[in-house]
Amino acid sequence: MLLSEVNLKPNIQLRPNKLTHNSAILATNLAKSVGEGDSTIEILRNLNLDVAQGESVAIVGSSGSGKSTLLSLLAGLDNPTSGSVTVEGSQFSSLSEDARAEVRGKRMGFVFQSFQLLGTMTALENVMLPLQLAIRADAELVAIATLEKVGLGERLTHYPKQLSGGEQQRVAIARAFAPQPAILFADEPTGNLDIATGERIIDLLFSLNKASNSTLILVTHDEKLAQRCERVLTLLNGQLSNGQLV
Amino acid sequence: MSFKLAWQQLFSQYKSGYLRVLVFALVLAVTSITAVNFFTNRIALYLNSEGGLLLGGDLVVLSDHALSSSYNALAKQYSLQTSTTVEFSSMAINGEKNQLAEVKALSKGFPLRGDLGVQFSLEKPAQSIQKIPNKGEVWIEPRLANAINVQLGDGLELGASRFKITGILAREPSRGGDMFSFAPRLMMNSADVAATELLQFGSRVKYQLLVAGEPKNVQQFSDNITPQLQRGERVQDVKNARPEIKSALDKAETFLGLSAMVSVVLSVVAMLLASAPFVARSLETAALLRCFGASKATIKNIMLQQAALLALIGGVLGCALGFLVQTILAYFAGRLFLESLPAPNYLPVLIGMVTSFAILFSIMWPHIQAIKNVPTMRILRSDVEAKPSKIWMNYLPVALVIATLILWLAKTLQLAGAFLVGVFSICLLAGLLAYAMSNALFKISQKTSNNSVSLGLANLKRRLGLTVAQIIGFSLGVMVLMLLLMTKNDLMQSWQSSLPVDAPNRFIINIQPAQVPQVKDFIKNIGVQSPQVFAMIRGRLIAKNSQILTADSFENERSKRLVAREFNLSSATVMQADNKLLQGRWWRADEAGAPLLSLEEDIAKALDIKLGDTLTYDIAGSKITLTVSSIRKVEWDSMRANFFAVTPPNTLTTFPASYMTAFYLPKNQDNALNLLLQKFPNFTVIDVASLMNQVREIMQKMSLAIGFVFTFCIIAGLVVLYAALVATREVRIKESAMLRVLGASRRQAALAMLTEFACIGAVAATVAIIVASSLAYYLSYFVLDIPYQFNVSLALSALLAAIILVPLAAWWAIRAYLNVPPKQLLNSI
Repeated sequence: MLLSEVNLKPNIQLRPNKLTHNSAILATNLAKSVGEGDSTIEILRNLNLDVAQGESVAIVGSSGSGKSTLLSLLAGLDNPTSGSVTVEGSQFSSLSEDARAEVRGKRMGFVFQSFQLLGTMTALENVMLPLQLAIRADAELVAIATLEKVGLGERLTHYPKQLSGGEQQRVAIARAFAPQPAILFADEPTGNLDIATGERIIDLLFSLNKASNSTLILVTHDEKLAQRCERVLTLLNGQLSNGQLV
Repeated sequence: MSFKLAWQQLFSQYKSGYLRVLVFALVLAVTSITAVNFFTNRIALYLNSEGGLLLGGDLVVLSDHALSSSYNALAKQYSLQTSTTVEFSSMAINGEKNQLAEVKALSKGFPLRGDLGVQFSLEKPAQSIQKIPNKGEVWIEPRLANAINVQLGDGLELGASRFKITGILAREPSRGGDMFSFAPRLMMNSADVAATELLQFGSRVKYQLLVAGEPKNVQQFSDNITPQLQRGERVQDVKNARPEIKSALDKAETFLGLSAMVSVVLSVVAMLLASAPFVARSLETAALLRCFGASKATIKNIMLQQAALLALIGGVLGCALGFLVQTILAYFAGRLFLESLPAPNYLPVLIGMVTSFAILFSIMWPHIQAIKNVPTMRILRSDVEAKPSKIWMNYLPVALVIATLILWLAKTLQLAGAFLVGVFSICLLAGLLAYAMSNALFKISQKTSNNSVSLGLANLKRRLGLTVAQIIGFSLGVMVLMLLLMTKNDLMQSWQSSLPVDAPNRFIINIQPAQVPQVKDFIKNIGVQSPQVFAMIRGRLIAKNSQILTADSFENERSKRLVAREFNLSSATVMQADNKLLQGRWWRADEAGAPLLSLEEDIAKALDIKLGDTLTYDIAGSKITLTVSSIRKVEWDSMRANFFAVTPPNTLTTFPASYMTAFYLPKNQDNALNLLLQKFPNFTVIDVASLMNQVREIMQKMSLAIGFVFTFCIIAGLVVLYAALVATREVRIKESAMLRVLGASRRQAALAMLTEFACIGAVAATVAIIVASSLAYYLSYFVLDIPYQFNVSLALSALLAAIILVPLAAWWAIRAYLNVPPKQLLNSI
């Protein structure tokens, strides 16, 4: 079944069946627009979302529907035009950029479509980076162990440009999981990879997610990938629809 | 087709921002080179004409006999203006009073350069004029008027003729041409000379042919006439007319050459840094074009055309801006110079264009070679490198271009060598230090509890190539700025101290031994604390190492003249402060009376005298043999009393000596000196005040010019440092954004970057201080010939400024991005 055939019920309160009062992320009346005056474009409009702790949610939508923007707002990488985001019961979107960064450092992990590895650092150093920022004395040990988990134990000292796309994404996943985040954001994690590599990456992502019991919020337009999440939501015209397949 | 593609790509690269820094650096390179060249070109033209004032022309042919009219004809062939003068000494007589005068008979056109200052009536001040006395009239110096008690309108006798005094001579440009013009000047019309009957066979007369015109023609005339010169004839130009003027001009030229070199190096450093992002983007485009089926030749053509277009744009813009900048500089300089600078010639435009193409192609050539071999796979996998070329091959062309430009700008191998050694050693030293420091700081970073500082420190090693490149770039910038500051200060101090306000302006010679105490008293009375009086013993050099010396022993005209004339020997216990020992040693106190001799460097060279040679002098019929125990360099522009040959005290006491002194006579003390002269009529006073004013004026104007060029170099240096920062901005923005995504605060992200740049600044400044001090030491001692002292406060200021300003500049370059939500940053990368 195609996502276009999903039964869309616009702008309803999205609440899963389990863990209703233990929200990992709660977005209320979230809106984001860019530009000014007549050229204003509304990307998100009064959007509501409640993601329970430990839940895995896929946000799907066509290109340009605002999936990545939503992810940025949920992760505090950008400021909403209006509305609010709470993380684990605490106000998040109203915090200062630096305070949000602190929450990100302690509670969140990221996997990007274009990997976003730092070219000047080795695989090991890239994975160590969030651990060092959290002043973890065991940064190196944890990073090595995580890289071994993703099958890159032999490539610790390689630089990103010496690694294939799949390997780079595995480093990015190791970087995301190494600090054991409570919430993991993944933005089109297989977007830059071939099907086979993409599948292996997804397997890895979900197995690590399961093992760490993290909340996973995944943005994708890959149908198969979305289906592996517990819940699928569709973003259309700036609003989320309950994307549970009918 | 490929041209259209080249142009389109270049345009899109410009729009995307990758090219802007490179174009900016190139324009800056050409601007600084052409502006400095335009300006120095005009200063040089100005100096040459100003220097000409001291001779009264651009070039003088001197002779002890009447000059052949063919010389005059030759000068006319080169479209040069000419004028002749005849100089001799004779008694000017008024009744019972008489005084030896330096007569100068002038012909039409004198002076060809500069003007005379003559007072024509008692009520009016001296006027600047460019004419000569009428027939039957003379102009005399005030000193002569005092000595024979005459004034304007009176008459005086000279040989068989009587003249009317119609002018009091206040200033004579060409007076500077002869240091030993002891007697006061008398100027007359050359048409009157024959009637005085003073010029007889055997008279000591100096005939001069002055020429002036286009520098190129003057040079050709000089080249043409030199081989035709007869015995007793010689050519003098600004540079060999007066050692002190030559010395001042040489120092100034050295300094301006240094300034131009600074521009070259700074610009190339900026371009090397700025070319990296452009080349990286070009690699991607080349891979894409290869995918679309472009041949290697097409890709190479596109790159070559892009380079040529860039060089053309940079060259034209740079030359235009360079011209504009120098016009502004010349406008201010012109106001301070009081006269406007001469128009520049257009050589700097050619230099600017050639520089633009040479620098750009030398930087791009290795990349063009690499890009045409770029594998198509690169479009899919960025880890596939273009065919690797050896790193030294990448930098060889640009190194050769820098070396050529420096050699051409420095003019002397010595200066170019020092500069190149400096550049090379700073690269090597900076590279090694940066490497060592990165390793050390990396270790420290792992023990540092502050994670931002730790990140910043570790980044130094993570980006080792970039760190080393930036340290080399920054340290070169700091080095040249420091070198300029050091040498400028040294140069200014040296000039100021060599010609202070109270530098001696009067020399008295012919003082008899018994008169020495009274002369000392007189000098003390006019305010000089410890007057120095020097013995002067005239002797002829007759043998070297027991071999008889005659004029025929030498081929060189100057050497022939030197050996034929009498030397003034003197004695001294300690060496004059402005002298410098080059070889051998100065005598100890217990060597008083020993047959030793200290010689001036130029004389030793001209007469081929080495340390340890024995020289035999004939002094008033007696012979004395002395061993050369040291060779000295003398600062002739200090205007102090100096001697070519000096012995220890008591060595020459048995020989007849007269004494001389040099002192500063304040303006209102002329009468006191006149009283002294009336008491001791045997004294000869040499007035060097007007000459000194001319030298001082040239020095002041040069200091201003140097100040202007210096300021411009500093601005260029700062802009280059900023360009270097902008070139690496994107990497740092991405990194800072990523850190914030991963949970770092803005403060932490900024602190990491500031730590990294503070370290880069500190290491760069340390390297720069070490190399600049060593270079300044070398330049001071061996090129500029001035004493050197390590400037502690300058070194500390440089270090402090680098540690504070380099991170601040980096922060300034990306500060706006530190406040933008990280999502927007990630999107924009």
